[in-house]
Parts: sequence; C-alpha cells; structure tokens
Amino acid sequence: MSHLVLEALGKSYGAVVAVEGLDLAVERGEFVSLLGPSGCGKTTTLQMIAGFVPLDRGRILLDGGDLAAVAPNRRGLGIVFQSYALFPHMTVAENIAFGLEMRGVGRAEREKRTLEAMALVGLKGFAERYPRRMSGGQQQRVALARALVIKPALLLLDEPLSNLDAKLREEMQGELRQIQRSVGTTTILVTHDQHEAMALSDRIVLMNQGRVEQIGAPDAVYGRPSSAFVANFLGKTNMLKGSGDGAGRVLIDGFAIALPGAGPGPVALAVRPERLVLAAPGAPGFGGRIAGRVFQGSYWLLTIESAAGPLTVMRGNDGTAVPAEGEAVSLSFAPGDAALLADGGAS
Amino acid sequence: MSLAVTDRSAPYWLTAPGLLVFLGLVIVPLGMTALLSFYDWGQYKGIVPAFTLKNWAEIATDSYFFEVFLRTFRIAILVTLATILIGVPEAYILNRMSPGWRSVCMLVVIGPLLVSVVARTLGWALLLGSTGLVNQGLMALGLIGTPLEFMFTETGVVIALTHVLVPFMILSVWASLQRLDPQIENAAMSLGAGWLTIWRRVILPQIVPGVLSGSIIVFALAASAFASPAIIGGRRLKVAATLAYDEFLNTLNWPLGAAVATLLLVALVAIIVGSNRLIERRYAQVFE
Amino acid sequence: MRRNGPLALVFHALFAIFMLAPLAIVCLVAFTPEGYLSLPTRGPSLRWFRAIFAYPEFLRAFNTSLWLAALSSTVTVAIAVPAALAIARYRFPGREAITALFMSPLMVPHVVLGIAFLRFFSQIGLSGTFTGLVLSHVIVILPFALRLVLAASYGIDRRIEHAAISLGADPMTVFRRVTLPLILPGVVSGWLLSAINSFDEVTMTVFIASPATTTLPVRMFLYIQDNIDPLIAAVSACLVALTAALLFALDRLYGLDRLFVGSGKG
Repeated sequence: MSHLVLEALGKSYGAVVAVEGLDLAVERGEFVSLLGPSGCGKTTTLQMIAGFVPLDRGRILLDGGDLAAVAPNRRGLGIVFQSYALFPHMTVAENIAFGLEMRGVGRAEREKRTLEAMALVGLKGFAERYPRRMSGGQQQRVALARALVIKPALLLLDEPLSNLDAKLREEMQGELRQIQRSVGTTTILVTHDQHEAMALSDRIVLMNQGRVEQIGAPDAVYGRPSSAFVANFLGKTNMLKGSGDGAGRVLIDGFAIALPGAGPGPVALAVRPERLVLAAPGAPGFGGRIAGRVFQGSYWLLTIESAAGPLTVMRGNDGTAVPAEGEAVSLSFAPGDAALLADGGAS
Repeated sequence: MSLAVTDRSAPYWLTAPGLLVFLGLVIVPLGMTALLSFYDWGQYKGIVPAFTLKNWAEIATDSYFFEVFLRTFRIAILVTLATILIGVPEAYILNRMSPGWRSVCMLVVIGPLLVSVVARTLGWALLLGSTGLVNQGLMALGLIGTPLEFMFTETGVVIALTHVLVPFMILSVWASLQRLDPQIENAAMSLGAGWLTIWRRVILPQIVPGVLSGSIIVFALAASAFASPAIIGGRRLKVAATLAYDEFLNTLNWPLGAAVATLLLVALVAIIVGSNRLIERRYAQVFE
Repeated sequence: MRRNGPLALVFHALFAIFMLAPLAIVCLVAFTPEGYLSLPTRGPSLRWFRAIFAYPEFLRAFNTSLWLAALSSTVTVAIAVPAALAIARYRFPGREAITALFMSPLMVPHVVLGIAFLRFFSQIGLSGTFTGLVLSHVIVILPFALRLVLAASYGIDRRIEHAAISLGADPMTVFRRVTLPLILPGVVSGWLLSAINSFDEVTMTVFIASPATTTLPVRMFLYIQDNIDPLIAAVSACLVALTAALLFALDRLYGLDRLFVGSGKG
C-alpha cells in the first residue's frame, strides 16, 4: 500500500469543476510535484489534503486510513505556504516551537528540537528575530523549519519559492531537495514553474482544468509528453504533422520512422528542438528551408519551414558552420525522441 | 472544523450576541416610540394607550411645528455649506503639509472631537455673548458700534455647530485626497493647466465623493444636534431635537414628543438614503 | 507635490484659531479670580478649581462617567469582536443587513434613541438605572468599535490561521494565540474610541440618567441650562486638560490618524 493515496478525488464550486477524477499514489519518501497553469486545480488538491477545503468526491488515504475524517489540526501535516504565513507577533523560535507546543512537548525537548530545525535550514542565531525583520529567503527557511520540526507525515509545499527572485530561487531549490532527502519526508509540491518541478521532484503530476494530463518522472514526461498540452507546458516543443501507414510507421515527406501505436491517417508528433538533427540536403530525412536564425551564445535557434510544418531547431555552438537563411536542409530524428500525441496535436 | 468554511451556522453564532442586543434594544424601543406617537395624552389623564392620530394632526396643522422643522433643516444646510467652505481647503492644505507638521495639525482637527460637546459649546457661549470676546474685538476694531446678537440666534447656533462638525468634513475629504496620485497636479501643470484649472478640472472631480459623503454626515448630525442648539439657542430658539426634549421632560406630553422624534428620524433616514442613492448613481465610477 | 503658499498658511492659521478659540477661552475664564465671567486680567487664580470640590455632584458624575465608559466599551468590544470576525470572513445570507443594523446607530439621531430608551426602560423597570445606561451606551458606541475591529479583521491573512491549524492548534487556541494577537491593535483602538464616545455622550443620556446616575456631560449640560459661571468653565477646563493628556498618550501609542481616518463618526 502506498503512503498517500488519492482516489477519484473531486471538488466543485457551484457549477465550476475545480478537480475531477484525480488518482494518485505517492510512495514513502517520494517528492511529487503537482504542476499546471493557474486554475488547474493543483492548489485545491493541496488544500483538500491539508483539510482546508472539504472534498466533494473520492477519498484521501494516508497509510490506509481515511484522512478526510481527521480534523485539519489533527492531520499532522507540515505545510509551507506561498506567503509563508509566519506568525508576525512571534519570534523565529516561537514560530518554530508552536507546533511542538501544540503537541505538548516539554520545554527542554522543545528548545532542543527548535534549535535542530533551525540548524537544518541554516538559521542558526536567528532565534529572537521577528519575521518582518527578515528577508524573503530567510522567512522561507523559517516556514520550512516550522513545518518540518513536527516530523510531519507529509510535507505540503504551496508555491514555496514563487516569492523569491530568480537567483535565490535556484539556490533554494537545491537546498530544499537536499533537506528533503536528508529527512526523508514524503513531499507534495504545488507549482506552476516547470523548471522547479523538474529540478525538485521524483515524479511530476501535470494537471490541466482539474484533470491529470500525465504522471511520470520529469525526464519521461519531458521526453515523451502524452498530449500537446503537456508538450507545450513543459519547455519548447515542435509539433510535426505526418501520416500513419497503418503498419506502425509514420511518413513525413518520404521519411519513414517506426512508431508503434500510430494509426492510419494523419498523426501528430512532438519532438524537442534539441532532438531534431540537421544535415545537408539529400541526407535521409525530410526537407526544410532555414527561415531565420538567432544566436544565443552556447547554441543557435533556427526557425525552419519544413514539410512537417514550421519548426524550431536548437543547434549547439560546436564551432562548425551553421546553415544560413534561405539554405535548404534535411531534417531527421530518432524514433525514441518522438512522442505520439494522443489528442492529435489539438491544443 | 469549526473554523472551516463548511460551518454554515458559525457566522450566525458569532453575530448572535450583537443581534440579540440590537433587536432588544434598538428595534423594539424604536417600534414602541413609533407606537407611542399614536397614543392619546391629557394634562391630567396622562398617557392613554388608545389609537389616535391627534399628535400627527397637531404636527401637520400647527405652523409652530412646521417652523421648528424648517429652522432645523435650514440650520443643517447652512452648517453643511459652512463646513464645505472651511473643510475642503483645510483638508487640501493639510494634505500638502510635511508629515511632521501634518500630525501636529491633525491634533487641532481631531482634538476638539474628543472634548465633550458641552465644553466646546460653553466656549462659544463665552465667545459670542454680548460682552464676549468676539463682540469686544469687533468693536475695538471699529467694525461695529453696538454688540451683535449671537446668543439665542440661528447665526450663533450655526457657528457653534460648524465648529463641532467641521472635523468630520475634513476627515472625509482628506480620506479621498489620500487616494489622489501625488503626481497628478504636476501632470496637469506640465500640460499647461493653471492653478484654478487644476483645482476645477483635476482635484475637485476626484474629491467630490468625499465632500458628498462628508456632507451627508454633517447634515445628519446638524439636523439631529441637541446640546449646541440647546445652549446657544436657549429656550426660545427651538430645533426638532430640543422640541422633542421639551415635550418629554418639561411638558411631559410623551406621545407628542414621540411623534416629533419619529418624524425627525423618518425625515433624516429618507434624506440620507435618498442622497446616498443619488450619489452612488451619479458617482458610481469614482466610488471604485 | 507643491508646498502651501502664504495664502494657504493664513487660511490654516485662521482655521486653527477658529478650532482652538472656544477651548482656549474656557481655559482662560476658568483661571479668573473674579466672581463673574471674565478673563484673568489680574493674574490667574485657582479659586474656581478649588470650588469644584464644594460640588460633589460633579465628582460623582465624573466617577459615573468613567465607570460607564469602561464597562460599556468592554461589553461593546466583547460583542464587536466575534461579529467583526463573522462579517470579515464569511459570506452568508443576511450579512449586509446585519452589518447595516450594527452601523445604524450612526444614522439614528441620539435624541430619538434617548426617547426610545426612556420609553422602553420605563416599561421594563430599568428606568434611571446604571444597567440601563450601560445597555444604551453599548448600542451607540458599537459602530465605532465594530468599524475598527472589522478593519483589523479584514487585514488578516487566513493562511496564518491555516498554518496554526496545520501545526495542531484547535479552534480556541488559534483564536487565542494567533487571531486575537493579530487584531489586537484594532481591538484596543476600538475600545478606546468607544470609551471616549461613551464618556462624551450627552444627548441620549440626558433622557435616561436619573439624578443618581447622572454622567458628567449631562451634569454640565443641566448646570449650563441654569446659569453660566466660572465654575462650569473650570470643570470644562479640567475636561480639556484630561482630553489633551489622553490625546498625547494616544498619539504616542498609535498615531491619531490611524485611529480616526476613515472612521467619520456620526
């Protein structure tokens, strides 16, 4: 039995369906991200796990027990809020010790564990500071320490890094991952930032309009998106139009590639810009013409008009000559780099 | 989960103490007062709980009551105009002061609000008496030959009430001035607008809602003012509030007093609600 | 923003004189050594301040006013805090109507309320009692307390309370340890503002106070109705001094604009 199980979870606000038919099993110690655009239902899902929003349909099981039957203050979950939600009238130490106090932990033990938690997040010496006298990054650490000190069954992170600037965010991502590994707490992260989700999680749950689009490891979801939505949401992608021959092959302008599962008739493929290979005309592949090129330092971005539609190709700056605008090229890709889109590219 | 959104009865439990107090102590007494205005009364028989329109007929036909209500609303309108003329420029000046000076000057505006209205009106009685400072000053300046009569006149009441109520106008206008973009005057100036044009075309249209809501507050308070008209106006210059007071505590004709009070309440509520409606319709876009 | 011109400063000075003159004249007359209303041209005298002590009813009335203000504003805050929390965080049928009801004493003339309470209390036997005074004052000062507590309640981030719940706090603990400390500034200023309004209330109280429960403003009003002499000026001067001290303390503690702006009282 998995550590946390969400079964056919659903929530509606009046006629608006916020979450529908969400199934998810999270293993102990796993780091799972709920990723999607705003309004996709990821925050509502987190709120249902936390107990701040009652669920309309489905079940939430923690170690096999029904979590929905437990009052929010008895669930024993650690939550880091987007706004941090620190108690402004308490010091850092008082903030962190609050949960221990609620559990009736004795004073000496409380102080010891508070100091440990502060050391864990790198806040030694800040015990008597008030939150409003701290930077965003420091407040973030207090919030994390406050959530972890109670040794929660689950750690819920609600867009924890979105209020930090880009450089600090990257730093905190590494730290967050390392802290989570060291304490081993099962963690659910809600985010709209694909980079954050890919950098931090063991698995990504991609949500759209209240439904799950795809669940999988970051590289798997990135490399083999199941729908145009996933392909577009996770990084840049190319949509290639071809036609299936009904025998597990897709044809693009005479270029045939084996893709089991491709039906007969028009099909859509997603291929990442860095996976499209350029060659001189005449080489195996389908034809195209360079429409524009932009230099980006470590790589070139080429826009190409091709038989499969307009494409973007990323070509590493390896010192060799890059085809100029107007030049004809031949394009190809490996079968493993193409994802067959279930929705035929409609998105 | 009593703090959770699911608990539908929670807001009613939380407001219940206040609701009980208000139902018991506002709705019921006001209803009883309205009812009382339909009771009979006689010099010797006292209050007789028998339905009669006598009191209302008396108010409708006796020109004395018409005169008192006319005076009440005339004073209220004059006071409202005076507080606009004084309060709007003063709020604007306050808003342009440095923060340090402003907080000192706010004391001048707010301080008197906290002093009992009786003490403030006493001050005006001392100033406005025939041997008071105002008359002495005016005579010393040679502006007048004989003392002006302020006490027991509408002028005196209007002066005292303006003093009592002008802070409300200033606070109301100031609140709307604070929403103004400080750069807006410079923007208007850079486009070539003069001082008067800036005021008329840029500032005034934006603070009109503040002036209007201040006016409603001032008008309502002036029309129902009691202590100032009672002290400055004396027993002869009656307004609605002092008239009701007299009927209740001197003549002891409670039903007639109740009718006067009910009429004052209904008239005021009608005026306030009506002008609120008008303002909201006219300035809906300014009231965010 | 441009500075004020000389014309504006002259206007401002005249305004300040207008606002302060009546208070200043009361204080000056209070120091007169004469037996009649006059300015202390022969030097100040404390004779009329000493005379106050010969009139115990002023002291008694002052005492009544203090207790009345303290008690009624405490009851008011106890009612206003839960009501404000309900209004600030729930959307429920009747919410607008309930808010309007609680704010309605600002619209109803105090004369009318005084008459209504006089009639009501004489029917139920509370006429002239201290209990009656407290109840009636609670009504007229509730809007002030409610407005300030409401403003504070709207300012709370609900997620701070959610954080406390997630850490294991039960509803009572959340209120005591998190919600209340967060709205405390609003509660304290609400208490103060309503206490001041209760202390100064005269129009309604004049109807329902008996000689035994007369408040200071009512006592002064009735005295002035009979005659105006330096004694009443001395009593008023004491009130002015008391208010000035309170203002100073308040300004230090909170900042007056925070206490009053947007709380146009009725």
